[in-house]
Amino acid sequence: MERIEDAGVYKLTEELAIIQTVDFFTPIVDDPFTFGQIAVANSLSDVYAMGGKPLTALNIVCFPIQSMDILVLREILKGGIEKMKEADVVLAGGHSVDDQELKYGLAVTGIIHPGRVLRKEGSQPGDRLILTKPLGTGIISTAIKAGLASPEVAEKAARTMATLNRKASEIMLEVGARSCTDITGFGLAGHAAEMIEGTATGIVLYADSIPVLPGTRELAEMGMIPGGLYRNRDYRQPIVQINTGVSEFMSDIIFDPQTSGGLLISIAPEKAEILLERLHQAGVQEVSLIGEVTASSAGRIVVVPGRT
Amino acid sequence: MKIVDARNLPCPEPVLKTKQALEATSGETITILVNTPEACQNVQRFARSQGCTVEILEKENEYILEISRTGIKEEQEKSFAPILMITSDQLGTGDETLGQLLLTTFINTLTEVKPRPAKMLFINRGVMLTTEGSRVLDTLHQLEKEGVQIFSCGTCLNHYQLKDKLKVGKITNMYDTVSSLLTAERIIRI
Repeated sequence: MERIEDAGVYKLTEELAIIQTVDFFTPIVDDPFTFGQIAVANSLSDVYAMGGKPLTALNIVCFPIQSMDILVLREILKGGIEKMKEADVVLAGGHSVDDQELKYGLAVTGIIHPGRVLRKEGSQPGDRLILTKPLGTGIISTAIKAGLASPEVAEKAARTMATLNRKASEIMLEVGARSCTDITGFGLAGHAAEMIEGTATGIVLYADSIPVLPGTRELAEMGMIPGGLYRNRDYRQPIVQINTGVSEFMSDIIFDPQTSGGLLISIAPEKAEILLERLHQAGVQEVSLIGEVTASSAGRIVVVPGRT
Repeated sequence: MKIVDARNLPCPEPVLKTKQALEATSGETITILVNTPEACQNVQRFARSQGCTVEILEKENEYILEISRTGIKEEQEKSFAPILMITSDQLGTGDETLGQLLLTTFINTLTEVKPRPAKMLFINRGVMLTTEGSRVLDTLHQLEKEGVQIFSCGTCLNHYQLKDKLKVGKITNMYDTVSSLLTAERIIRI
């Protein structure tokens, strides 16, 4: 594949390819078990975004064995294994190194049909854009570090991050999506930009339809903005147009770096309602139609207050 | 004058340092030094959210933020005006229709009587009044324009699935609710 995709795909036969990805990071929540769950959901997400089925995983652990209680690591791994079970992924091994800063993640291998790989590119004008998880995990993680997130807000964000993109992926494959990516460090705008960069299409986002985690707005107003948000914004500003009527908060949140964010799915307009309904039925509660692909403003993202 | 050096600190530490400094002072201006545009914006946001005024001086990639608590003083003065805590969509217990009518009239009358409340906190079914379908939205907008702070409980909005339907005021959390009740001079509970 010519472009950088979410995961690597290697064709074995006409009907079978392996799909591989690796991701690991430092803790973003206080509870080790939850961190383990989130790390696994996050690592598997790239496979789900491309429409693959993850099968096996290898643990990657960096742990300060001298200064931290080994029980912490045990809890992280327990959380990880529980999430892998939920995903029907088998833990095949792993490797750990002594490191001053704790990190955990996975190398994941899965399978995919070489002819049915969902890439970032391939959207058609008129396609609807569907986002399967609310935004705000970057801002909330910053507030957790500062001790300013309420337990309710932190808990809800953690649950969102620990949610697998599995159901969303399986259903989008059944209904038939055109292209897909997952929302992570570059934020909604950054990952949306990758879907249309260098193409003849553009994207319109409806600010009032973009789902946001509870508490995010208040924390953003208090200055709990991660550095990554500013970097994402500076980098993508040239191609993002914010129309009048879009609040400052919404023009920020589209750049919020996400951990284990949702899938951004581009789908033919006639299938969009079916996909939304199926996702709702399957318990993907916060899914929302957040925009569409346009034939105008090629390579650009225009944020409007709402759908007209 | 208090000076806080928050240079070379990763976010959110400059904000936390600012918060601590603001909490420790009693009115004078404080000065915060930062050296990234991100920290500068975050500290500025935080100070504004606390009702402070901020002046920024940029010099060779360093930012000097002068934060003055004038806004907070105003807020403290305001706290002598009562806080209205509205925990229901009815006034009194009895017939539902009557209760709702009474509360509508009560809120409409607020615009005709002085002093205005400093804050209105809408809790539990109270959030029915700040969301789509409420009959007092115009009045609440009017009160907000006159400086009355209007807050709806976030947990309650979520519970009644009204989060997207909030039409007036801001969302608040239990921490802020409790802290404004504890610092209030007078509270009127409906």
